[in-house]
Amino acid sequence: MPAGTLYRGREGMWSWVAHRVTGVLVFFFLFVHVLDTALVRVSPEAYDQTIAVYKTPLVAFMEYGLVAAVLFHALNGLRVVAVDFWSKGARYQKQMLWTVMAVWGLLMAGAAWPVLGHAFRELFGS
Amino acid sequence: MSTETTPANSGTTGERPIGPDNPAPVIEPPRTRTGRSPRSTRTNFELHGWLFMRLSGILLVFLVLGHLLIQLVLDGGVSKVSFAFVAGRWASPFWQVWDLLMLWLAMLHGANGLRTIINDYAQRDNTRFWLKMLLYTATVFTILLGTLVIFTFDPNIR
Repeated sequence: MPAGTLYRGREGMWSWVAHRVTGVLVFFFLFVHVLDTALVRVSPEAYDQTIAVYKTPLVAFMEYGLVAAVLFHALNGLRVVAVDFWSKGARYQKQMLWTVMAVWGLLMAGAAWPVLGHAFRELFGS
Repeated sequence: MSTETTPANSGTTGERPIGPDNPAPVIEPPRTRTGRSPRSTRTNFELHGWLFMRLSGILLVFLVLGHLLIQLVLDGGVSKVSFAFVAGRWASPFWQVWDLLMLWLAMLHGANGLRTIINDYAQRDNTRFWLKMLLYTATVFTILLGTLVIFTFDPNIR
C-alpha cells in the first residue's frame, strides 16, 4: 500500500478523493461512449440497438450516477481553479466546497425526473 | 513548517551550534535544475499540464454540461436519442465543432488525470511504465476513432 494515503482528512482531502474517483469513472465511461457513438459508421440499426440499452431502467440509474459524477467533478473543478487563481481561494476552500455541494444537490434534484422519469414510467406504468 | 526542521548535526557533541557565526550548510531545493537533472525534468511539461487541466476544465464545464442537458434532459431525455437525432445534430457544423472540441479536450484532460493517478499509486517502475503505455494507446485510439467518426459521418449510410 502507498504510505500516507490519509493526509489530513476533512473537506480538503475528501473533496480531493472524490475528485479523483469521479474523474476516473467519467473517463472510463468516455471510452465506452466514443465506442458506442462510433456505431453510427456501421449502420443506423447497429447504433439504435445499442442506444436502446441506454433507455432501459437499470442503465437510466447508471446515467443518473454519471450525471452525479460529472456535476461534482465540474463544480469542484471550478473550486480547484478558484483555490489556485483567486487570492482568497485557499482561505474560503471549505465554504466553496459546501457551496459546491449545495449547487450539486439542487441540480441533482432538478435532473432526477428528466433523467429517471422514463425508467419510473416503465417500471410502474404510466 | 520551519519549526519542525532540525539540522541533522544539532545536538551532537563537539559541533558548534548552528547560528549566525556558523550557518547551516546550504541544501539545494530538490526541484532546482542542474546539469545533472534527468532529461525529463528539464522542461516545463508539468507546469503546462497543470495549466491545461484548469483551462480545459473550465471549457469542459460548458461543453459537457450542455451536452448532458441536450442528450439527457431536454426534449424527452435519452428516449429521443437515435441515429436520426445524431444525423440532425451533425448536419450543423456548430455541433460538429462542439463535439470534436469536447472529444479532444475531455480525452486529453482525462488521460492527464489518469497519468497523475498512475504516477501516484503504481510504485514499481515497470508497472507504472506499462500502465501509462496502455493509457496512451487507448487514448490515441479513442481520439482518432472519434475524430474519424465526426468527419466521415454519412447520414445516408443506408
